[in-house]
Amino acid sequence: MPVFYDIEVGSALMLGTAQYPSPAVLAEAFRAARPGIATVSLRREQGGGQDFWGLVQGLGAKILPNTAGCHSVKEAVTTAHMARELFNTRWIKLEVIGHTDTLQPDVFALVEAARILTDDGFEVFPYCTEDLTVCGRLVDVGCRVLMPWGAPIGSGLGINNAWGLRALRAHFPDLPLVVDAGIGLPSHAAEAMEMGYDAVLLNTAVAKAGDSAGMARAMALAVEAGRAAFLADPMEPRDMAAPSTPVIGKAFLA
Amino acid sequence: MNILLNGEGRETHAATLAELLAEQGFGPKVATARNGDFVPAGLRAATALADGDQIEVVAPMQGG
Repeated sequence: MPVFYDIEVGSALMLGTAQYPSPAVLAEAFRAARPGIATVSLRREQGGGQDFWGLVQGLGAKILPNTAGCHSVKEAVTTAHMARELFNTRWIKLEVIGHTDTLQPDVFALVEAARILTDDGFEVFPYCTEDLTVCGRLVDVGCRVLMPWGAPIGSGLGINNAWGLRALRAHFPDLPLVVDAGIGLPSHAAEAMEMGYDAVLLNTAVAKAGDSAGMARAMALAVEAGRAAFLADPMEPRDMAAPSTPVIGKAFLA
Repeated sequence: MNILLNGEGRETHAATLAELLAEQGFGPKVATARNGDFVPAGLRAATALADGDQIEVVAPMQGG
């Protein structure tokens, strides 16, 4: 099972808590998939926060608060401090959004915020791109896990740059890596795990499915299957056919 | 004194951030910021409010 900042979690599936049709459906999805980590956020208290906190505590997953919606270093750092106090954890999923339509991270601000937070004792899970140089900078400032996107948040487009994600995996063979965002189907999650990624983080694919609990379970199975396949050392693909049934000993019938 | 509380104008008699939270009836599971800076729970009672302050009070919420 994946280890993040010396903590082993119970599943390679990380599941978001947003956009479910009801709290009951959210809880049912978590029961069906048993993800190791639940992501949460902070928002202006308008009366629902206290009940939601009660719900989250019963999900049986480790809590990873995010800085979703932050567009500057200052906003992200302040949000991280509020999250650390509220959720009593040093973990922070660091999002610094740089582009409104694609929700691409502002990687320059991301590195700066990661540096500040790491120096302040946080354990940062940066939502990043698969760019090797950016990822190297994040590691340089103290990140011990990276979370490159598969595709834009909420798009469900799957693994957009398989080559880039494979290159990142090869470049950081010992660093925990998570494909975060863009997963729409179990096959996408399995693909990430087959590449050797340590976990996947998804939300919309489960929350917006017609049967959230059914999709949550499918995602958990896919993650498990993909991980098992990676550990089983898959065969190399080839361009031409190779008969699997022995040719020698075939009866002469022509 | 007039402040902005979570983006909305409010008139308050609270002298400190702790008094404001009590006055406005917030639950215990909240985090606070004043004028963009985090205010830890332990410093709320010592954080005086000033006219025009922007106060943010956040709570756990759904997230991806």
